[in-house]
Amino acid sequence: MKLPPVDYEAPTTVSEAVELLAEHQDEASVLAGGQSLIPLLALRLAHPAVLVDINGVAGLSGVSAADGWVTIGATTREYAAEESGTIADKVPLLAAALPLIGHEAIRSRGTIGGSLAHADPAAELPAVALALDAQFVVHSQAGMRTVPAADWFEGYLTTSRGPGELLTEVRFPAAGRGTGISFQEVARRHGDFAIVGLAASLTLAGGVITDARLAFSGVADVPVRATGAEDLLVGERPSDGLFDEASRRATEDLDPPADLHGSSEYRKKVAAALVRRCLRAAADNAMEGQ
Amino acid sequence: MVDITVTVNGAQRAGSVEARKTLADFLRDDLDLTGTHLGCEHGVCGACTVIVDGRPVRSCLMLAVQAAGSEVTTVEGLAPDGELGPLQQAMWDSHSFQCGFCTPGFVVQATAFLSAHPDAGEQEIREALSGNICRCTGYQSIIDGVLLAARRGAEI
Repeated sequence: MKLPPVDYEAPTTVSEAVELLAEHQDEASVLAGGQSLIPLLALRLAHPAVLVDINGVAGLSGVSAADGWVTIGATTREYAAEESGTIADKVPLLAAALPLIGHEAIRSRGTIGGSLAHADPAAELPAVALALDAQFVVHSQAGMRTVPAADWFEGYLTTSRGPGELLTEVRFPAAGRGTGISFQEVARRHGDFAIVGLAASLTLAGGVITDARLAFSGVADVPVRATGAEDLLVGERPSDGLFDEASRRATEDLDPPADLHGSSEYRKKVAAALVRRCLRAAADNAMEGQ
Repeated sequence: MVDITVTVNGAQRAGSVEARKTLADFLRDDLDLTGTHLGCEHGVCGACTVIVDGRPVRSCLMLAVQAAGSEVTTVEGLAPDGELGPLQQAMWDSHSFQCGFCTPGFVVQATAFLSAHPDAGEQEIREALSGNICRCTGYQSIIDGVLLAARRGAEI
């Protein structure tokens, strides 16, 4: 369908953008890459009075690294992040997830900030951000605040961003020595939303797991961290038996949604299989790096 | 209405558009470039794929106002002299078409992909085209055509 009539603003600075958001509040939608918002408009699932297009806002695009963190501007295109040597080197879990987002033409326009602000629980980036404890920087007329990933995702397509706030950048911690990662998902076709996905990171020191991070996509209305399984893994040596136990722990409390692509029970089985596969791959990856 | 200027297939084109008008509708309705097809109009089918500033883009998921100042190549711009381009010829030779509705999107997406990955193999081509839907061919003849174009390109 054609898009409904809508006003259009194209601010060029963050202060202009937040002024517009303050003025229009819930009536405004922030337009970044548009790969989720424009379909929502076409399908009449979103009815903003005004689009605030932030593609022309100076300083919102780019990748930089400092003090153990990699900062990604909100309007950085997914393809540009995919091509970033800094991300490949310092945030390998994110680098592994990026090529799985949508299709090539989607990543040409789609942005890192847009995907994380849209917060589709089946998308790749929310699971990565949650697994890595990324930090979300939002600006409003009241100033700036930083939100940890654990507090960002509040519900289906819902974040803790207020109507007058603009997500300006996302910070990911650089992977430490001895860290291995794996991002895997099961989807009907390459590029489709995953039935279930899993972001996994293991850090090994002297053959012992010192840090474990697991976050699912597609199993609830928000990305889900498997903290029980993470606790079980830390202090142990990688083994198939350990990973089987972690798989049971990670999925015992899941109650995934059912749809025509898979029942709740099927999703749970896929989730368990992904835990075993990702942990094995992440452990191998960590050992390769040592 | 917003006044915009876009370079389309090498020529500067000016227009006055509503903010809600997609790039696809601007190309088709304002510029009469109806080779860009609209299947789903919400970013699923890939038929409306065009090249914007060197990257494949879904023209139904981009506003015309956002294309102001950009360089856009549509399927009409791939063989400007009326001859078939090498990819089009390879797809012709491979019977990559049935009804032809999805063809512009496949040709544009494959053009963008092969220009960045001239040595691509079958698996990579399948992945690159996975965002384009065809309801006639079963895809095999399309993959064959793109693969043939890649092989012929390597021989030159």
